[in-house]
Amino acid sequence: MEMRKGADVVIETLLKEGVDVIFGIPGGANMEIYDALYRINKIKHILARHEQGAGHMAEGYAKASGKVGVALATSGPGATNLITAIADAYMDSVPVVFLTGQVPTFLIGNDAFQEVDIVGMTRPVTKHNFLVKRVEDLPLIIRQAFYIAKTGRPGPVLVDIPKDITQTMTDVEIPSDEEVINSLPGYKPHIEGNPQQIKRAAQLILEAKRPVLYVGGGAVAAEANAEITELAELMKIPVTTTNMGKGAFDERHPLSLRMLGMHGTYYANMAVYHSDLLIAVGSRFDDRVTGKVDEFAPFAKIIHIDIDPASISKNITVDVPIVGDIRSVLVRLIEEIKSKNSKIVHEEERKSWLEQIDTWKKAYPLSYKPSDKVIKPQFLIEALYDVTEGNAIITTGVGQHQMWSAMFYKYSFPRQFINSGGLGTMGFGLPAGIGAKVARPDKDVFIIDGDGSFLMTMQELVTAAHYNIPIKVIILNNAYYGMVRQWQELFYNKRYSEVDLSFQPDFVKLAEACGAVGIRTDNPKELKDVLLKAKNIEDKPVLVEVIVDREENCLPMVPAGKSYKDMLLSDGKNVEAETMYLVG
Amino acid sequence: MEAVNGRPKREIKKGETRKHIISILVNNEFGVLARIATLIAGKGYNIESLSVGETSEANLSRITIEVKGDDIVIDQMIKQLRRLIDTVKVRDLTDVPRVERELMLIKLHAPSHKERDEILRIAQIFRGKVVDISQDSIMIELTGDSEKIKAFLNLVRPFGIKEMATTGKITLKRESVLEEMQD
Repeated sequence: MEMRKGADVVIETLLKEGVDVIFGIPGGANMEIYDALYRINKIKHILARHEQGAGHMAEGYAKASGKVGVALATSGPGATNLITAIADAYMDSVPVVFLTGQVPTFLIGNDAFQEVDIVGMTRPVTKHNFLVKRVEDLPLIIRQAFYIAKTGRPGPVLVDIPKDITQTMTDVEIPSDEEVINSLPGYKPHIEGNPQQIKRAAQLILEAKRPVLYVGGGAVAAEANAEITELAELMKIPVTTTNMGKGAFDERHPLSLRMLGMHGTYYANMAVYHSDLLIAVGSRFDDRVTGKVDEFAPFAKIIHIDIDPASISKNITVDVPIVGDIRSVLVRLIEEIKSKNSKIVHEEERKSWLEQIDTWKKAYPLSYKPSDKVIKPQFLIEALYDVTEGNAIITTGVGQHQMWSAMFYKYSFPRQFINSGGLGTMGFGLPAGIGAKVARPDKDVFIIDGDGSFLMTMQELVTAAHYNIPIKVIILNNAYYGMVRQWQELFYNKRYSEVDLSFQPDFVKLAEACGAVGIRTDNPKELKDVLLKAKNIEDKPVLVEVIVDREENCLPMVPAGKSYKDMLLSDGKNVEAETMYLVG
Repeated sequence: MEAVNGRPKREIKKGETRKHIISILVNNEFGVLARIATLIAGKGYNIESLSVGETSEANLSRITIEVKGDDIVIDQMIKQLRRLIDTVKVRDLTDVPRVERELMLIKLHAPSHKERDEILRIAQIFRGKVVDISQDSIMIELTGDSEKIKAFLNLVRPFGIKEMATTGKITLKRESVLEEMQD
């Protein structure tokens, strides 16, 4: 191998990993890498306007494509600006490799200009991280980073590269796949599901009277949507997905219960509550899902299929844990069920279970009070569903608009709904949407954002305009931090402490100033036309400001720490008064 | 289907809070101890004793940690420790037959031969070694499990402890009784 700079090795290794785009910002400590990027000129670069934006773009890219996203920042503030995106990727198991420049090795620990210990700072929020100390280690470490990021339970990996390492000449070879795997003796990401446990699970499924499939983001990551659908249809099991699991099962399918949990549907929560068998697939019993743990699915035996042993029995003790790759476990589970002729033991009870669920579906479908004077946020999401024929990729920020997007748009394919689930990062939507559009230029990408959320990363509208990335930003403007206001209304006796955002920029002018098209509407009658107009603009980004009913609440809702029995319904009623406990 | 009264509850397992001794085989890399300490600190637990040392393999080190905590939380923590890329093997040895040792150096007040004689006698019983002696003090080296160290301390405390230091515990699984144990 000929001699070249460490920085060139970085780019060569990224090319070897099949990287086609990097999201980043240059600075003092990563200039050599940017120089190599310029000279070698084989990888597209999207220049973000803030490193947090670059990080979320890489996440959006990874979530939309299933490939590893790459973000590149300089040392010090460049690196600390990435941290929110790193933590976000960690909570939602998103495969992203974060590359940071670092001050030269001889200055490390000296409080040098733009020096921070980013490896130390990100240790609790990365799957793994590295500081490169010798140029000879550079290609192996970068390849390890990709391997760790995308295998097992995916997650973010950070590689911190001191400037002198990128300047040093080296003839180091790029290591082979085998060398990469052998260099990580403590890391065994491929786990086969235990055959005995799979047998037990099959038996429980065949014997269950009131089964429910509870599907999370792990099923999307494992690309197990076909197997989930097969299992559900074969055994006639209703399916609820988490926020992160959306798209793993078509929400228009008759067996779909939509989302469960805090802002889940009445019927999903009722079904889970009354189930006698809960089959959790790639989900982690998050507190937003379970509410009060000791009243979560109190009648159910639980089967938990997950790639991560540390997720099993973390929040809730499960009866049949199966650790392994979700898709291969499901394939074997389905085989096992078929080997018993798919014979459901309690046919009658199963039939009445599905009937009961239909009754719940009819009693409390997702609903809201329509209006022809103001735009109801729910109406907006439904209109967008119609205009896009359910085919758009939707990204969101965090807040009411996020939950309305989860409820009123029906998702049908994996990686269609991209939002910040675990960390709940406001400002995620716009940069993630840019990343998603870069990954999937063939798809319409709509960013549904709140006025509060949008302002947190709005500088990336400039990035979208710079590259003519035709994303469509829909701002639900209620001039509030709406979700906080809702909690203050419900739990703090309407003491609206610091949630009023009515002093705000002119969003249309702001869009135009950034180089995007700006449109405003407050008229429910013209809404669909406006959305259609936005959809058809293909040469630049569009921002549509939609003035929505200011104090609309996001319902149904299970208050934090309460049980499904304490669910508030959209008509203001409480579940406890409405339902009996039903067991059979 | 029929109605039932009251609010049915799911059984939540509760663990016992006690000391756990965890043996971790790790890659000999910088930052590994920090990763492990960060993880344990993240649970709000205090590391009560710690030892790090080489093993027979040059690229591996063994970390032995004693930490007090709820059985269920510790079990979860062990799974998370296993998830770290740099850990090769993690075992909770609390309920496993094992040999456990720590080393103590203790400097005691001994202003006259009467005290010195007494301390020497106690040290002898405990198979401690005198490693330093001066006009008014005596230093003993003692190894053993924590019970033995504790018993020795109780006996010599009346003389007055000038200074003391103990290493963290180290432990290895016993093979002698292991055939009958289900691992």
